[in-house]
Amino acid sequence: MAKKDVLPLHINGRDQEVFVRSDATLLEVLRDDLSLRAAKRGCNQGVCGACTVLVDGVPVRGCLTLAGACAGREITTLEGLSEDPITRALQEAMIVSGAVQCGFCTSGMLVTARDLIAQETDPDEQTIRKALSGNLCRCTGYVRIIEAVTEAVTALKAGATATQGDAP
Amino acid sequence: MNADPNIPTGTAVGKSTPKLENREKATGRAEYIDDLYRPGMVHAAILGSPYAHARIVSYDVSEALAAPGVVGVITGDDVPEGRMGAFIKDEHALAKGKVLYQGEPVAALAAETLEQARAAVNLIVVEYEELPAVLSPEEGLAPDAPILHEKLAEYIKVFDAGSEGNMCSRTELSEGDVDAAWDQCAVIVEGEFETEPQAHVSIEPCGALAEVDAQGRVTLWSANQSVFRVQANVCESLQIPMSKLRSLTPRVGAGFGNKMEPHIQPITVALAMKTGRPVKCILTREEDFEIVRARHPFKIRMKTGADAEGRLIARDCEVLVDCGAFADDSPGVMGYALLMSGGPYRIPNQRARGKLVYTNKLRFGAFRGFGNPQVSFASEQQMDAVAAKLGLDPIEIRRRNMLREGDRWFVGPKIASNGLAGCLDAVESASGWRAGAPAAAPGTKRGRGIAVSAHISGLLGTGAIVRMLEDGTIALNTGATDIGQGSDTVLAQICAEALQLPVEMVSVASPDTDGSPYNWGTTASRVTYTTGRAVAGAAREVLRQAMEHASEMLDAPLEDLELREGGRIAVKGSNEDLPFAAISGRAHWAKGGPIVGHHTLVYDQPTHDPKRSIALGLPFPQIGVFSFGAMISDVEVDEVTGQTRVTEAWSAVDVGRAINPRLVDVQIEGGYVQGMGFALYEAMVWDGARLVNPSLMDYKIPTSADAPHVHAIIVEDPEPDGPFGAKGAGEIGLNPVPASIANALRAAIGGTASKVPMTSERVLAQMQGGGDAS
Repeated sequence: MAKKDVLPLHINGRDQEVFVRSDATLLEVLRDDLSLRAAKRGCNQGVCGACTVLVDGVPVRGCLTLAGACAGREITTLEGLSEDPITRALQEAMIVSGAVQCGFCTSGMLVTARDLIAQETDPDEQTIRKALSGNLCRCTGYVRIIEAVTEAVTALKAGATATQGDAP
Repeated sequence: MNADPNIPTGTAVGKSTPKLENREKATGRAEYIDDLYRPGMVHAAILGSPYAHARIVSYDVSEALAAPGVVGVITGDDVPEGRMGAFIKDEHALAKGKVLYQGEPVAALAAETLEQARAAVNLIVVEYEELPAVLSPEEGLAPDAPILHEKLAEYIKVFDAGSEGNMCSRTELSEGDVDAAWDQCAVIVEGEFETEPQAHVSIEPCGALAEVDAQGRVTLWSANQSVFRVQANVCESLQIPMSKLRSLTPRVGAGFGNKMEPHIQPITVALAMKTGRPVKCILTREEDFEIVRARHPFKIRMKTGADAEGRLIARDCEVLVDCGAFADDSPGVMGYALLMSGGPYRIPNQRARGKLVYTNKLRFGAFRGFGNPQVSFASEQQMDAVAAKLGLDPIEIRRRNMLREGDRWFVGPKIASNGLAGCLDAVESASGWRAGAPAAAPGTKRGRGIAVSAHISGLLGTGAIVRMLEDGTIALNTGATDIGQGSDTVLAQICAEALQLPVEMVSVASPDTDGSPYNWGTTASRVTYTTGRAVAGAAREVLRQAMEHASEMLDAPLEDLELREGGRIAVKGSNEDLPFAAISGRAHWAKGGPIVGHHTLVYDQPTHDPKRSIALGLPFPQIGVFSFGAMISDVEVDEVTGQTRVTEAWSAVDVGRAINPRLVDVQIEGGYVQGMGFALYEAMVWDGARLVNPSLMDYKIPTSADAPHVHAIIVEDPEPDGPFGAKGAGEIGLNPVPASIANALRAAIGGTASKVPMTSERVLAQMQGGGDAS
């Protein structure tokens, strides 16, 4: 069995120390040691995307990432994005559009979609489909998820225009 | 109060209310089984059998027990003789005496950490005496086949199964005289079809958490489609009185039939009883593929005859179904497939026969569609083949033959509502059917295909309790597990509408066998229809009691009172009214007692009419009401590789009345894409006895890049006894997918698709005229 050691992590804007096995994955540490359970374990093989979190702003598979490799890096989970405007717009759109069914893929889907919109402010349908293709959903057939991302983009643009309009 | 489909509604029904728990899910705060922890909880790991068929000679658990962190081990010696099963009780909690498939749980242990459990489980030593394995139904029926279940004759069966040797059950249905009818046919088509096993792949793997209290009573949380089926299965297999086990549910990360009957709950409970510690067992994705259940592989022989005008005269269908190692829902799946094998058509002479055979594989079981997609693949292709021979349009031949309102289904069930004609009109018009598929790019071929289907919603017992709280708001408790499709929301809408309240005024209790009324399960497209009826009935009872209070309080006769929007009871034609809060306050504190309404029912309309048909081994004596659907798929085929892609699809479904239209849309869309995976590429593959692709690396499901745009269309032909006219929507949208894609392929490249999935290799062979390549 792998040796346990103290690991300093920076998660959702806070410094935390965890005492974990050297072979522990980021997903295990988040879920079991830190009670951050928005990220889900769907396959533990990096295929389903339900465990997607951000490391230094980049979406990664929590199940394929060694926690030890994240020391000194910025880890962000869905819980840590609660004040993020893009995430909030996506959450609102998903809630009303029918994009949330069983919800097991939703956290990972949101983190991936948030990264897409952060990179590209006006993605078309094909770009959205491609960006989300590493996050599996078995309930929706993706129609409403894509619609929700599109609606969030529209809402964010409207918000941005309004803000600019208000500026002196 | 009304649940009458003809009376207009307004407060809740017909609105696309977002699901009640969506915010919890969208913020990552929803708790699924793997998110639950209990003080002192330990973790389980399972040892699977290396053999497909073997006698268990002995166990040695000493080394495993001595391993770090291990708190207890169980083997078949630790579980009682009890057997569970929905139709035939043939399954122990854990392999006992014999193993019947590779990977079958043969022992399990619990340890302080999951790593310790997984490391120690391989230290359990089991000595086996290997037996020859049965790997196909044909092998199972051979005269000298090794027998899987030696005690099959003694097992408890809930219907006339006709079990013999390795034959788990047989069913035979007939109406008219098929053998004599072929002479009257101007056109006859005949063919053989095969479908491969599909895995459910709920993104949440199956899991359970059990603990035993100081009195020895068990509390069990699990990913499930019915807390009551979990309770029954665990109690039957472990021989515990049902009152000694409480079954609960956290949020469920989807179920498509895989979480209806037991998965890991009996083993988890046995471990908790053995160790005295709370035990959590979450399957790995690989285990979820290997030991839960999957869609049945079918072999189908079908023959269809029609007159010169394309009117169907006769249909004969024979199926051979691989059951896997345990009966589970298989007898029901086969019986239902046979019942649906004629499709939604008037066919005066019809026969359907099937054999279900035990094999040394993972059990096959319920999966969205329940045998219907398999037979529809054959029958709907034959409709197009008959149409082609007569030069008829595929939609026209379906219109000429479709069942109409008031007709009876094959062997006898009455059809009250039937929106099939509306579904055909809707997809024809929305797709621009007559224009055909879009022009093909160089190197590709395009085709457009149609298929129709019907599906039941109904079956068995259900109940609802509606309580009026002190402030006049409502607590609804039904025992129906919401698996993510939104039944909590739909049932709250039905309840709110019946009491003329906004849906926010209704809370929905999480299913709990201690406090919820019985609910057979979230399966058979039944919750909206059957549980919805119970909710409407319980709300009606609450209203009756409230009216009696109001009559006394307003000093007005009952017939002068009316229910008004917002939950107020008023004297007709006056401004004088009472809010529910005032009525409920009186009931709680002064007179009559708290207002509680309950209603239970069991679906009781007979499936079989013995005056018109013969039915042997019918597993469902009382089945349900019928939903209808029509679907058009456009495909593009790569001429070089045979790879087939759906470019666009239109799916219209008659749901009686859409309580929540958006949630119906998502059932239609999600059903299409799951059916498309089954149709084009999903297949579990065995090499001998070993499942070779139990991972999402090797078993591909559709992604957002693969899914086509699906146009969901709702058709509403109210079901007279449905709640506000509603009937089920869960499965109907998947059934015709493989057939519609096969018919699109016929239009694109010619020929009949004989196998599902229609992989590139098979499509290429079909294109080259080779047909039947496997």
